[in-house]
Amino acid sequence: MEPIKIKGTDDTPEIMLDAGNDVFEISGRSLPEDVTSFFEPVINWLDEYAENPKPKTEFVFKLTYFNTASSKVLLDILMKLEDISSSGKEVIVKWHYPEDDEDMKEAGEEYADIVDVEFDQLSY
Amino acid sequence: MTRDKNLTGFLEFVYEFYKTMKAHEITLVYEGEITHQITKAFTSLTGSNMSKEMESDNVQRKVFHVMVECLQNISKHADTFAKNDFLYSGRGIFLVSKAKEEYNVTTGNVIDNNKIEEITSLLEQINSLNKEGLKELYKNQMKEGRLSEKGGAGLGFIDIARKTGKKLIYDFHPVSETASFFLLTSTISRTL
Repeated sequence: MEPIKIKGTDDTPEIMLDAGNDVFEISGRSLPEDVTSFFEPVINWLDEYAENPKPKTEFVFKLTYFNTASSKVLLDILMKLEDISSSGKEVIVKWHYPEDDEDMKEAGEEYADIVDVEFDQLSY
Repeated sequence: MTRDKNLTGFLEFVYEFYKTMKAHEITLVYEGEITHQITKAFTSLTGSNMSKEMESDNVQRKVFHVMVECLQNISKHADTFAKNDFLYSGRGIFLVSKAKEEYNVTTGNVIDNNKIEEITSLLEQINSLNKEGLKELYKNQMKEGRLSEKGGAGLGFIDIARKTGKKLIYDFHPVSETASFFLLTSTISRTL
């Protein structure tokens, strides 16, 4: 599978999806002008990956900010990971949050409540 | 100095306007179309002002959150009226004011009267809920809601209420038989 590498900007996150090297990461800030079209390649990539996932997928979220429109798309991504997990593969979400950011920590806890995937909360 | 009566009157108005802004401690005011570029410019301007004033990271983050959601509400929901109706077409007013204890972010935009009921019931529902209730509402809306064509998730008001921990204050003023001006103020405490 072709990896996805998108550089972060002040309103879009950095995205690294590289199954060959076991890198699955979304980091930075997310308030794209057009959320749907920005994340479309990511969703498509995950759909393809879900057809033949690795035995273990460690997906890293290291976001400092996301708007409400992005929060909806993040849930869509997590639900794809849930599908992979329920197909019997190991999936771990690594949710990183700045140690003084209660809201980002809580956002991770809420996602963990909604989707049935193993969640690790990590402060930095 | 040329003494044009109209111009003198206008300059007096500008001075009064300036004094009113100072009296209400308004640090940013804008009227016009809200674009993504404007959203980025305003959040970055307010962010650097808050850094200079040594506002805590927590307060800065909350103000940033509220500003983005408010600005996106206008850009996604302000109704567009006839093009010649320059006062109202897809535009809005945006204000940030800073008091001793709090920041206030206020928006105003024209909406079709048929949306008043829906907005009112959503805002009343949000204002009636406590922290846990808001969390559940947000989660449900995230699960069940769909992104609109303009990329709205229907989560903005709920998110503002959660981030600020305060009630949303709002009002509607009729501007014509079919449209109203919708005002909304969010308050972020500076002593978080």
